[in-house]
Amino acid sequence: MKELSLTVPAGDICVLVGPSGCGKTTAMRMVNRMIDITDGDILLDGQSVRERRPAELRRDIGYAIQQVGLFPHLSVADNIATVPRLLGWDRERIRTRVDQLLELVSLDASETRDRYPAQLSGGQRQRVGVARALAVDPPLMLMDEPFGAIDPINRERLQNEFLRLQREIRKTVVFVTHDIDEAIKMGDRIAVLQKGGHLAQYAPPAELLMQPANPFVEDFVGADRALKRLALQRVRDVDLWKAPLVRAGESAAEARAKLADSEVPYPLLVDEHGRPLGWLSERALVGERVSDELRSRPDPVLEMDDVLRDALSDLLAEEAQYGAVVDERGAVTGVLSIEILSHALKADPDEVPSGADAL
Amino acid sequence: MNPLLAQVEIRERTSDTCVADNGFCPDWIAHHIDRYVDPFFQHVVLTVVAVAIGFLIAFSLALVAYRRRWLINPITQVTGVLYTIPSIAAFFLLLPLTGRGFVTATIALVAYVLLIIFRNVLTGLDNVPEETKDAGRGMGLTDRQLLWRVEVPLALPEIMAGLRIAVTTTVGLATLAFFAGAGGLGEQIFADINFKSNVVVAGGLAVALAGMLDAVILLTQRAITPWTRAAATR
Repeated sequence: MKELSLTVPAGDICVLVGPSGCGKTTAMRMVNRMIDITDGDILLDGQSVRERRPAELRRDIGYAIQQVGLFPHLSVADNIATVPRLLGWDRERIRTRVDQLLELVSLDASETRDRYPAQLSGGQRQRVGVARALAVDPPLMLMDEPFGAIDPINRERLQNEFLRLQREIRKTVVFVTHDIDEAIKMGDRIAVLQKGGHLAQYAPPAELLMQPANPFVEDFVGADRALKRLALQRVRDVDLWKAPLVRAGESAAEARAKLADSEVPYPLLVDEHGRPLGWLSERALVGERVSDELRSRPDPVLEMDDVLRDALSDLLAEEAQYGAVVDERGAVTGVLSIEILSHALKADPDEVPSGADAL
Repeated sequence: MNPLLAQVEIRERTSDTCVADNGFCPDWIAHHIDRYVDPFFQHVVLTVVAVAIGFLIAFSLALVAYRRRWLINPITQVTGVLYTIPSIAAFFLLLPLTGRGFVTATIALVAYVLLIIFRNVLTGLDNVPEETKDAGRGMGLTDRQLLWRVEVPLALPEIMAGLRIAVTTTVGLATLAFFAGAGGLGEQIFADINFKSNVVVAGGLAVALAGMLDAVILLTQRAITPWTRAAATR
């Protein structure tokens, strides 16, 4: 590994990603001197790590690894209490902190506290590992594939939980993974490393996807990078079209006016609460009053929190160009079209949220 | 002097036919059980002292060799040679140096258990999962803290298993300690090896002692390694 230079802003998740053997784990382990640097320097909050004794330095930095590495002979509470004890916290403070941390990682404190790691599921162990890394509230966390050994469903859940947690605790995180999808999901900034620790690109996820710095990054982020880019945005993040909402029995002239005012070519029939009933055919507006002659069902119905990629998938699945978007109460707030989606891809990468902000 | 010549007749001449026939005589045993008490406790002391000293030496050697891997081979070879020397030969080899008695017997017994305990302690330490050590170091445990708070506790099952083998073996070997003039149950057995009652009682006590000490270690192990049974109660 040579000549790697990165600045991680406080409170951000910086993901180191790359193929195996690219030195991402090595780079991470240099930060807490698990591997010593031979040249150059690493500054934490302006202070060089080389000026500090390794053991003391490490107590100030959260450390979570893929295999978790819980101490099998200690209870969950004692595992979490490891660093607080090294720092000489008193018993009462440790006890309070342990319960607080277990709650923070969504574990039942009274049920989990006295268990041994062998009595936990894989997901619970990972949570305890994260709690242990957070024990003394370190400003910096090092995480080496912390969700790597978990099945996909639980991994997704843990990722979301961590992002939610991160929104509260705002740690500076150095996160290592080989999975570009995880990197895009978790990272505020992503460092793509090539073999030998060479930094190929260091950018926010949207920029990485839309402006790969070289063919290696382009190849690494994958041919579906446009779709991945859509995964960074949610329906609420884009400007929706105004929906031509009509109710059965309403004056047809009024409905025609609404239709002319909208970019959507079909009127959308809604019930008295504004919930979508279906798209109307042109014939429905021919008479004096709007009839309920449906052209098609309202599917897909999209929600504000849907990820754009999923929304696109829903549109394609229904062979639809337009999708009604509803709010929490189920009332239509606008229409998402294929056209809006293709515009979203052209958005300035800076305007696309990332990591914890995206949730 | 050949210790066998020191043998004493433990039976008074009697008209009891069972005893005269060298049989298994419960009455005789009931009346003479007290003569086994002292040898029994000699045997306990021999065993416990030898295993304790052997444990201290072998455990220290294993800790040193765990950090300095190049020492493993020489230590294994030396303790291996000690292990293969027949105890009786060791007793006689030591006689000119340490004379007859408890010290000589103990030295020979200690030499015998070193290899067993050394190997088990080292295996136990080596079996501590790499990620556990990595996490410990990454959280800021010093090498010493890691050793005493993580590695040694996790090696306890293997260490205790080594102790159990060492103890049961030593109880058996200590029956030969009287060759070095250290008494023990062996002396009783050989005092009248033709008399079934005697052999059964003395031999039986040795077996019982081995079983008891083994059970004590096993119970201790269970008490100090509660996590090993945790997986089963998930």
